[in-house]
Formats: sequence, structure tokens, C-alpha cells
Amino acid sequence: MIWPGRSPVAVASADPVVELVDVERVFPGTPPVRALVDVNLVIEEGEYVSIAGPSGSGKSTLLNLLGLLDRPTNGTYLLDGIDTSELNDRQRAAVRGHRIGFVFQAFHLMNHRSVLDNIVVGQIYNRIPRADRRQRAINALERVGLGHRIDFLPDRLSGGERQRVAIARAIAHSPSLLLCDEPTGNLDSVTTDSIMTLFEDLHRDGLTLVVITHDKTVSARSPRTVSIIDGLLTEQP
Amino acid sequence: MNDVGVSRLSLRDLVAESVGGLFSRPGRAVLTILGTALGVGTLVATLGIAKTAGNQIVTRFDALAQTEVLVEPVSQPGTRLQSVIPWDAGARLSRLNGVNAAATLSRVPVEGLISAVPFNDPLRQTEFNFNVYSSSAELLPAVRGRIATGRFFDAGHSERADTVAVIGPAVANRINLTRVDQQPAIRLGERVFSVIGIIEDVAREPSLLSAVIIPDGTARELYDLGAPAEVHIDTVIGANQLIARQAPIALAPNNPDLLEARTARDPREVRQVVEEDVNTLFLVLGGITLLVGAIGIANVVLVSVIERIGEIGLRRALGARRGHIARQFLFESLLMGLVGGVIGASAGVIAIVAASAYNQWTPVLDAWVPLAAPAVGAGVGLVAGVYPSLRAASLEPVDALRAGI
Repeated sequence: MIWPGRSPVAVASADPVVELVDVERVFPGTPPVRALVDVNLVIEEGEYVSIAGPSGSGKSTLLNLLGLLDRPTNGTYLLDGIDTSELNDRQRAAVRGHRIGFVFQAFHLMNHRSVLDNIVVGQIYNRIPRADRRQRAINALERVGLGHRIDFLPDRLSGGERQRVAIARAIAHSPSLLLCDEPTGNLDSVTTDSIMTLFEDLHRDGLTLVVITHDKTVSARSPRTVSIIDGLLTEQP
Repeated sequence: MNDVGVSRLSLRDLVAESVGGLFSRPGRAVLTILGTALGVGTLVATLGIAKTAGNQIVTRFDALAQTEVLVEPVSQPGTRLQSVIPWDAGARLSRLNGVNAAATLSRVPVEGLISAVPFNDPLRQTEFNFNVYSSSAELLPAVRGRIATGRFFDAGHSERADTVAVIGPAVANRINLTRVDQQPAIRLGERVFSVIGIIEDVAREPSLLSAVIIPDGTARELYDLGAPAEVHIDTVIGANQLIARQAPIALAPNNPDLLEARTARDPREVRQVVEEDVNTLFLVLGGITLLVGAIGIANVVLVSVIERIGEIGLRRALGARRGHIARQFLFESLLMGLVGGVIGASAGVIAIVAASAYNQWTPVLDAWVPLAAPAVGAGVGLVAGVYPSLRAASLEPVDALRAGI
């Protein structure tokens, strides 16, 4: 399958997907908490990167910055070459909606809406024509191997299936970057393995992935791993 | 530099998401809607029942009161009533267009009691105290009365001052008089009169039912009656206000101000008063109910915002702007109010029809009321949703994602 994500034109442009330059995030307080210190990180298109670290190391802060849910105190964050520090709230919402797909530890599915509805919701803010949404959702569901669960309610699914629905929602609008926050934190080892295999498939199709985890077995499966401790980022060999 | 783009939320998606949000908790939505429905229903039912009752009172008045005019001298404290009503008042007024019948009526001061037999029966009461009136010949049509037996006196009796009398049914009952074909005699004080008729019923002036009525001419001759005390007029429907203006001029062209023509109040005025009476009380009641309904909606939407913090965070992560979040909850709130308004309008109309059917009234309702009711409900929902929606929109996506499941 050819991943319908980024067009060949976009591939031709040389901008990396993520470029963090001297990024610092300080939370005010007494004393102020320096959650990220002088972070420099470049993630090229099609890369699969794990960001590993214990809890409290600043990895959630980094994910929030990468996902445009938070702003750095200092430094520059370029996403697809766009300087996000120049964007206002509405523009950030637009960039977030168009270019980033989120996968959360707690899935964040709406339990009263069908699997299909949950995926369609991921597209309503993105100017995706209404007529295309259903087909995109079905394609994404089939991509994660849940084509047979379209009309189920999320309560009826297993944890692994729920996370697959969440992944389908995150990739249905063809984002530039898939951000996964402890995607296997609520899953057993067998299910974790199947989700990691899915990530590897998506990576092979050309999707850019960033997986944040404290689980060494998870981070070990990515081609590139960056560890974070006390807000300091170090590249793992 | 790459295109930043905008995130948007089309109206159709907004509606779909709001409806989806409501249907995720149908039981709670129904209970919330009930509050608005009660408030709107009370308002609609109040307006309709007030209108119906007002209309009902008016139609009842139409039958009798709206054809009645009573002309009396203006009573001025400290001065004696002047003799301004002419004896031919009935004839003068009958010439006016719109008058069916007009008759003078006066109290006659008769000394002594009334009896049918010329002797005293020690075992029974034979003498009674009844009022004596004098009138012109057209009295019965003027008060819409019917004769039970015999006849009413005519102008000839009055001109000749004949000692004839017509008695009311209560009088006939007390003095044991049922037939008049032999012209039985009754004594009014010292004088003897022939009874020529018994009244069956009158629609106006019920005091005539227990009175003895003699011709005007007889009262002038025997009892020195100076002038008629009042004139009763029966008009065609709708002419009473007009006749009331014309009658004083027709009777006393030189001093119409000395006469006062009284009519039942204008039906529109009556309807107004009734509606206002019913309205003020129940509109306040409906308003309070609506306020409670609004607080209910605000409360439920607020709870729903708190419950769905995770969903709000997710939507922000999916590209929703603060405005999109606010709009969604505002629309959910508006939708509950709107549905409540529609249900309330229907329930209110049903209540009006039921109340009318029970009272055998004709249900009346201004067409704009049931049409405006859903708008009122939607407005209530909109206002109630403002605060929770702003709360939802002010949430930071990071906090919302962390707090919610």
C-alpha cells in the first residue's frame, strides 16, 4: 500500500519535520522548574524516533511542545519548516489539526459514539470534505486491522483494539507527524508487541513517528532513540 | 514557508457533534429538557387560557348585557332628583334606530300592605309587603320578560288610569293566584286593583318577579307620581354604546347632562381586564419555572463540560479552536432549550384544549404564541449555555487531556 500521506512535492522540500533549536521550558514557581534545558532535536521525514525517560524527566513536556499544546519559554520550534513561535492560538490549532496526529495512553475515545464516528471526529476540524471522511476513516481502520469493528462502541473493544482505533483516528487525516504518548502504557506485553508491529508497518509506509515511553522494550524497537533525563536530551547510540 | 491553514467547523458538523453529545446521555438530556418544557408550557397555557376565558366572558355578556341600556337622572348629592325623564320616554326612544323596545319604570309609594282577600284569616298570613312599580306598556320587551297567563296592560289602560295590575310570579305564589281569566282583585293598601296578568320570567330587573306593576297613568292619577325614575332600553346587538350616547339627548334635549345612560362595559375592555388578571399571576409563575429550567440547563451543561474534559482536550488536539468548543456546548444547550420549547408549546396547547373541553369553552389562542414558544426555549437554552461554554473554551488542552480519561 502506498501511504496517502505526504505528497511527493512535500517530500522534495528539504525541511525536516521537526526542528527544535535551543528550546527551553521553564514552569514558574518557587523555585522555577526547568523542565527542558537547551533541547536541540531534528527529526527528518519518515523517521521513527523513541523518546525514552523515567517519569518526571520532562518527556511529557517535550511531547506537549512537539504537539503544539504548549509553547517553549525560549528557543525555536520549526514544524515542517513553519516557525510555530510566530503563530497565534488559532493558527496553532490549525497546524495541530492538519499536521499532527495524537495517540494517548488513555486512548481518549468517546465511549458513546461508534468506532467510525470516533475516527470521523478527527477530521471535522481539518477542512476535509465531508464526502471523503467516511472512506478515509474506513481506510484507516483497515490499515490498523479493525475493518470489521466499524459500528462497534469503544466499550465493546479490548484495550489493544481501542488503541488501534485511536491510531486510526490519528492517521486518518494524513498527518506529517504521529505523536504517541505512552501508547502501550495501559496494555499487556502481547498487545504491546502487536501495537509496536503496527508502528513499524506505519514507519515502513513512510509515516514520521515519535513515541514517548518509559518502557525500555518499547524504545528498543525504534531505529533511533533519544533519552531524556532531568530535561536534558541525549542521543542514544 | 508552508501554508499554515485554518481549522474550521462547518454548521452541519457543529449540529451533528452537538446532537451526538446530547444523545450520548439521552436520559439526562430528557430530564433537562423537561424543565424548559414545563416553563414554556406554563407560559403558553397561561396566555391561551386567559385568552379563552376572556373570550368566554365576552360571549356570555353578548347575549344579554350587550343589548341593555339603563337611563337614570344623574344623582347629585344634596339636591332632589329632577323630573327630567318625560312620560313619553318609551315612545321617543323607540324611534331611535337600534332600539328594540324602551319602557319607563318607577317605584310607586304605596302605603299599606298587599292582600288578595278582603278579610283577616287568623290562621294564615293574608297581607304581604311587596314593591309596587309603575311602567309604560312596553316594559316586558324592554326587560325581555314573558307573561305566564293573562296579558300586560297597554297604553289605553294608562291613559284611562285604569286600576289594573300585573303581578310577578313570587307575588302570585304568596297570595295564591294562578288564574286571571276572572280578573281577581287585590288590594294595594286601601285601593282595589284587577289583576290582568302574571309574569313568568324576566331576563333583567329580577326585582320585578316579586313586585306588582301598574300603568304609569294610574300611578300619576292615584299616587301623584311626578316623573319616571328610569328608562329601560333593549337594543339590537352592538347598538348599546351608540344608544347610550343618543338616549340622554333624545329624552332631555335641553339638559342631556342631567341624564346618565348606563351600559355593560365594552367587551374588549372586559376581555382586557380578565386577561390581565389571569396573565400577571401565571406569567410570573411561568417565568419562574422558565428560570428554574434555565438554571437546570446551565447546571447540566456545566456537569457535562466537567465530565467531558477529556473529550474537550482531545478536540483541541484534533485542531478545534476555543471558539469551536464554546460553540459546540452552546449549541447543545440551545438545542435542549429548543426541544423543550417545542414540547412545552405542544403541552401548553393540549392543556388549553383540555381546559376548554372540560369547561365547554371555545379554545382561543393567538397564533404567535405557539410559534414564539420554541424561540423562547431556544433563547433560554442559549443564555443558560453561555457560562458553561466559556468554561469549556477556557480549558487549556494540556490540562484537559491530563484531567480527562
